[in-house]
Amino acid sequence: MDSNSLYYSLELVAGSGSTLNVEQRTALQTSLVILKKNYKFHRVLFWGKILGLKDDYFIAQGRGEDELLDKKNLYSLNCMNWFLLPPATESMIEKVSKIKSRFIGDPSYVYEHIEIRRQGEKDEATEEVVVSMTKVNEESRLAVTVHQIDDEASVVPRGAFIKSPHGLVQISRSFGGLSHSEAGKLDNFLHFSEAKNLKKKSILEMGDLTPAIDFLDALSDDIPK
Amino acid sequence: METEDSRRLTSAASLKAFLLKSSTESRLNLYDHLTGLLLKVMDEHPPNVVDVIEDMSRDMETPLPNVSELAFYLEQAGVGLGREETQRIFLALKQLVESQGLLRCRLWGKVLGTESSYIVAEAEYREGEEEEEEQSFDENEPDTEDTEMDPLPQSIYKPPPEVPKEALGTGANKYVYYVCKEPGLPWVKLPSVSPAQITAARQIRKFFTGRLDNPVVSYPPFPGNEANYLRAQIARISAGTQVSPQGFFQAGEEEGEEEDTSPLDSYEANPDFEGLPVAEMAETLSSWVHHVQHILQQGRCTWVNVAVKPEEDPNEEADAEEREEEPDEPEPEVSSTLTSQHAVAVLRSNLWPGSCAYACGKKFENIYVGWGLKYVGGNYSPHVPPPPQKEYPSGPEITEALDPSLEEEQMLEEALEEEQAAQEELEDSGDEPEEDDD
Repeated sequence: MDSNSLYYSLELVAGSGSTLNVEQRTALQTSLVILKKNYKFHRVLFWGKILGLKDDYFIAQGRGEDELLDKKNLYSLNCMNWFLLPPATESMIEKVSKIKSRFIGDPSYVYEHIEIRRQGEKDEATEEVVVSMTKVNEESRLAVTVHQIDDEASVVPRGAFIKSPHGLVQISRSFGGLSHSEAGKLDNFLHFSEAKNLKKKSILEMGDLTPAIDFLDALSDDIPK
Repeated sequence: METEDSRRLTSAASLKAFLLKSSTESRLNLYDHLTGLLLKVMDEHPPNVVDVIEDMSRDMETPLPNVSELAFYLEQAGVGLGREETQRIFLALKQLVESQGLLRCRLWGKVLGTESSYIVAEAEYREGEEEEEEQSFDENEPDTEDTEMDPLPQSIYKPPPEVPKEALGTGANKYVYYVCKEPGLPWVKLPSVSPAQITAARQIRKFFTGRLDNPVVSYPPFPGNEANYLRAQIARISAGTQVSPQGFFQAGEEEGEEEDTSPLDSYEANPDFEGLPVAEMAETLSSWVHHVQHILQQGRCTWVNVAVKPEEDPNEEADAEEREEEPDEPEPEVSSTLTSQHAVAVLRSNLWPGSCAYACGKKFENIYVGWGLKYVGGNYSPHVPPPPQKEYPSGPEITEALDPSLEEEQMLEEALEEEQAAQEELEDSGDEPEEDDD
């Protein structure tokens, strides 16, 4: 949530059980403003918190010109000192997908995952050949996790973001919110990531959409429902 | 003289009647309150009684929990429901206590669901006010058979004997739970849990929908609807994650030497408990202990030998009441690093994500806010149904053969006749050579 509206937005999402205590909130308010100045972000958002065994990570996201593409993630352990997370690449995503344990809470921790293939029949003595050993840094695992959650679960109301003629995605200043009945329909909410299903729509359906607003996938197209 | 005495007696009686009058708001009365207060003073002999008597009077056990204090500490811990919602929950709890006349009530937590969530309150009835459980219907009613027809073969399969439920007030059914969807809606009492439900709940993994009468469709089949499933999960979570600082509770006193009743069932707050320092609580897990009985594999807290006739005594009892934390489980954290003298020690469970406990000096509390599911490392794969039964192996004994057709039967008959004729000829020819030999 936006650093400006952090204070009251936290109360609204508290229904699912996690809040921040007063100390963390005050620290966040100051440090996010400083962050915005230093990195010259257009907007800085408090993305959330990832729980680990020893310590928790606080994640912030800075947005640049293009809201969809210019995203930078930062993490902190104490809400005051922030570190930049590397952008997630394909190879990183693949490596991280093998690690299934919990987050530890130490950014320098290295996960090891060993894959062994056995040769020979099961009953006989098997030769174990180490096929691959992947070592993943907790920092890169964090980067990949944040990226994947954003990609798959980030949802915005329809009409909030507009695609300018230059192709930049920006917040629409004339968006007044969804009305009560509109907010009940699932197709008024869109995934905030690269559109994957748009091309599969028929021309009839495309005729109803406005290209400036409907350049993202709607939630109602998701499988499973 | 006599009239004065009698007047004094009547005025004393009327004063006592006035003291015994229950207040309209809560079901307490001044007489009980004063008696309790004086007993406490007699037991404890606190110094400077006259100064602390007012505080003691206020601290007398009210059935309501101090929800605003709870909310403050939980906010420090980073777990919570937001201030407005906790205030509404407090008002709803007050309504519950008054309508049901509960002895003690505690906010257990919130279970989130796909359509709506449940707010759960844990309560203890006053003694003697427990309601009788409805007798469950006898399901095995004998079928009335037609005496004219032959009776169908009866199945000799007897299902394994059912493990009996635990009585109200003991083991997994120690407390009664009430749920409501939103603070303000009426509270619904959850039925008590049976061991079969707990064992089934251990094997399935389903989200709650928010409707108590929703059927739980799963494999292995869950005996009951969503209300039973919720109750079973509450029992598992309570048994697995309710913790307290070491020394807070002590085992209740036994009445006489009874071997049957488990002394581990009752525990009381230790009046001599001095709070443990926060740094110590946050450092190691050994300062926290489970104070709720663990649920055994059988689904109950006390073991029952089902195969044996009920006249024999039940066997050994459950695990010790105060046992150390498992090394896998929770992780302690300290809430604030800056003002460490007022900091709160927080314990979060790793096994049941969402379960949280905090301790600060003498005060501590547990709460659960989550989806009601256990942590499954890696991927979850549901129970596979059993493989289809193997067919009887086909061999020559049971393989069907076609009945011989009419031509074949006739051919067989002719063949037999020919054979017989041939045999007779043989016999005839056997006689002839004998005559020739002469």
